[in-house]
Amino acid sequence: MVTVKNYGDVTVTPEEVYRFLGIRDPIAQAELTSEVESAIRELEAAITPRMCYARFPLHSDGDLLDLGFTKVESRDLAKNLRGCSEIILIAATVGLEVDRSIAKYSRLSPSRGLILQAAGAAAVENILDRATEEFIAEGLALRPRFSCGYGDLPLTLQREIFASLDCPRSIGVSLTDSLLMTPTKSVSAIIGIE
Amino acid sequence: MIFNKKRLIFDGAMGTELQKLGLAAGELPERWNILYPERIASVHRAYFAAGADVVCTNTFGANSLKYSDGELRDVIEAAVRIARAEADAAGGRYVALDIGPLGKMLAPFGDLDFEDAVAIFAETVRIGAACGVDMIALETFADSYELKAAMLAVKENCDLPVLASCAYDATGHVMTGGDAVSMVALLEGLGADMIGANCGVGPDLILPTAKTLVEYASVPVLIKANAGLPKIVDGKTVFTVTPEEFSKDAKALAELGVSALGGCCGTTPEHIAATLCAVKDVPFTPVQNKNYTLVSSYSHAVRLGDTPKLIGERINPTGKKLLKEALRSRNISYILAQGAEQAEAGAQILDVNVGLPEIDEAAMMKAVVCELQSVLDLPLQIDTSSPEVMEAAARIYNGKPLLNSVTGKRESMEAVFPIAKKYGGVVVGLTLDEDGIPDTVEGRVSIAEKIINTAAAYGIDKKNIIIDPLTLTVATDRESANVTLGAVKAITERLGVSTCLGVSNVSFGLPAREKINSVFFALALNAGLGAAIMNPLSEAMMNSYRSYLALAGLDEACADYIEFANASAPAQTSSPVGELSLSEAIIKGLAAQAAALTKKELGARDSMTIINETLVPALNTVGEGFAEGRVFLPQLLISAEAAKAAFEVIKGSMSTAAVAKKEKIILATVKGDIHDIGKNIVASLLENYNYEVIDLGRDVSPEAVVKAVTDRGVKLVGLSALMTTTVPAMADTVRAVKAAAPDCRVMVGGAVLTQDYADMIGADHYAPDAMEGVRYAEELFGH
Repeated sequence: MVTVKNYGDVTVTPEEVYRFLGIRDPIAQAELTSEVESAIRELEAAITPRMCYARFPLHSDGDLLDLGFTKVESRDLAKNLRGCSEIILIAATVGLEVDRSIAKYSRLSPSRGLILQAAGAAAVENILDRATEEFIAEGLALRPRFSCGYGDLPLTLQREIFASLDCPRSIGVSLTDSLLMTPTKSVSAIIGIE
Repeated sequence: MIFNKKRLIFDGAMGTELQKLGLAAGELPERWNILYPERIASVHRAYFAAGADVVCTNTFGANSLKYSDGELRDVIEAAVRIARAEADAAGGRYVALDIGPLGKMLAPFGDLDFEDAVAIFAETVRIGAACGVDMIALETFADSYELKAAMLAVKENCDLPVLASCAYDATGHVMTGGDAVSMVALLEGLGADMIGANCGVGPDLILPTAKTLVEYASVPVLIKANAGLPKIVDGKTVFTVTPEEFSKDAKALAELGVSALGGCCGTTPEHIAATLCAVKDVPFTPVQNKNYTLVSSYSHAVRLGDTPKLIGERINPTGKKLLKEALRSRNISYILAQGAEQAEAGAQILDVNVGLPEIDEAAMMKAVVCELQSVLDLPLQIDTSSPEVMEAAARIYNGKPLLNSVTGKRESMEAVFPIAKKYGGVVVGLTLDEDGIPDTVEGRVSIAEKIINTAAAYGIDKKNIIIDPLTLTVATDRESANVTLGAVKAITERLGVSTCLGVSNVSFGLPAREKINSVFFALALNAGLGAAIMNPLSEAMMNSYRSYLALAGLDEACADYIEFANASAPAQTSSPVGELSLSEAIIKGLAAQAAALTKKELGARDSMTIINETLVPALNTVGEGFAEGRVFLPQLLISAEAAKAAFEVIKGSMSTAAVAKKEKIILATVKGDIHDIGKNIVASLLENYNYEVIDLGRDVSPEAVVKAVTDRGVKLVGLSALMTTTVPAMADTVRAVKAAAPDCRVMVGGAVLTQDYADMIGADHYAPDAMEGVRYAEELFGH
């Protein structure tokens, strides 16, 4: 069964945005403060954070994994999930309005578009962090999140993930033919339960 | 038509019932129509036994994206056959062909083309309608644009009644941002016979959305809530709302005036039986027509006829040199900026007119409407004298547009009203006909009446007409303003329709036009004007508007007036212009100062000297800092934007030919890829170095790139791709360009690219960052 959650109050800090922009230099950070803070306000106005997940039993035979919703062969995921007997399949998004803002500013003010994009990426990570904390609070011991495209886990697995979580209906995220997610600031992941 | 005669009871969940019967996760439910027809029949039978008047066929996901041609026909035919047999057995019941969303996002944010979506829905509609269903049920839609595609498919392929229902969240919005009023505007415009809300939330949280739908809809409203939220109890999925609780809320919905009730996820025949029992004593009142004149965008509706509205006039090339140039060179960013600026200044609707003799107006109108509606949330006014252009734009518009305009000429009405009837829209009627523009109030009122009456013959309600009684210059006829104002008052009061005016025509031929325009605007507002097509960037015009609203008691506590008055007070410049040089302003990324300094320098130096000796060297300084890691990408871009502001001043000050552009460069994000921020960054930097950038956008096919290269004789192409899955499309594009134009260079960039990849796919140059693209162009063209 797929559980859906909407989070009303997800936000990001300037420090998280700098991290996604790859800016460690404190002088550059100081020069960009007002731009970053105003982009965060814009993000907060546009964001509709949604998350969905489902739990599946896990059976593994070496690198061959039966994830409950599909089977896949992946050395790296098998390593990540070693010793687990269950997984959480999760997907999250900040919503389409953020894509609209990014698209608008990438035309009107590319610097703002870039900062907003970093803020959106930070926000979707925060949604997943929030969900992970809630799982841990329920007493689960979790492995680090693992997404398609990490190591040898094929991107094509996205199709099965999206079908299984019914992402278009659950959280409004769909896949393009080339396996990109729309809205773009979305993440899907597999989390092993120890 | 069975709607609006009595309260209709619809069925409850199909999916959850099938899961109870053993449907596995990920299994396509429609296949069960063939595999286990008796199980599907048993669900319908149970709902009819519970008292449902209408059941929906098990075809929610039956479309050609999920099924091959033959199988699609088989699953739909079987679904209808099963439901029809049960409906007949139960006696006098109805079957609705159920159609859900496609699970793909439409372009530009996704990769599904609007017309392809129409075609996919059309296939399902044709098969289902041929099988003999009683109505079409479009359900659980989360995107207004996709729902519009589905509505067009229904209307173009059958004559059956159609109900259209969306999944709203607890805030009353669908996933892509639309609210309930915008859906009413869109769907009634497209001819929906019933409008609804289903799925999304339970019966308590759906109540506010239901209330809004009932308040605004002139057609019956259907509500099918979920049985609350799903929970896992002892390893099984259960829904939290019992039939008794569900039926209490159902009764409240019926009392609100909801005309049809059913259930969505988690509801059972028991929920439906309880609902029927709870509402049977609530008297049924047929829905009345609501007299609201609504236009809409993807997100919200704007009502004409209550508070006067502002229609931003600036996306219209008449008398605007820079906009003309932008249209000719397809500089969509410039047009978008015009829209964004007007929205910021307070426009509630944007007029879009792209008529220039030498361009393909229909193609340009579609391109501009697509761009504006994907990033701005204001409803658009499609402004054209060509019915073909109007139809092309009305079809792809994501909402209910203003259509500007029709006249009292027979030929005009015959061309425009069918478009308005088919696609929805509020039509602006101009009071002129074969005999010209009457010079009396009575004459104009009588043409307005003719327009309203003729529209009615096409099935267009007068609430979907607003009248423009035409502003003529007062310079040549001292009575002209009085006649226009008199006509505004008479049309509003006597005909009961709203009005609009292009107010600035009143001063044609006079000096200091803003002075007289702003007073005429205030007089027109006082006469009852519904909307003005005007320049919201004009402080004098906004002064009239904000002051009038405050004086007319339409601005609560004068809040908007106070905000306006405070904002337009002369601002203290924090950094005095005199202390900075133009070069420093660009390096520091101060756009306003860079523009002001450029304006000042234009008196002393010629524009090319400013560009070559100040702007470009300043950008180079920032670029070098970026290369050395002292300046970061956002700072580089902020400087680029300051330089752009300086360029705009230069461009605005002289004839376009005098600012000689450097070589043409084509940029595109390759087929299948929709991430284009990197490409846009490169475009903005290249423009700053005065290259003529031809931006083909994202998801661009190799053929389109080749065509642009050969048509325009371009010698450098930049391609971007973000994902490993789209690099093959980049390789195809490089190959195609090299085959068609061997002397054209190709540079590539994007997150997953490396020098090795670039070499492998035959690119001439790999640009790991945005500045490298500029450096390569400068080197290649010897600047």
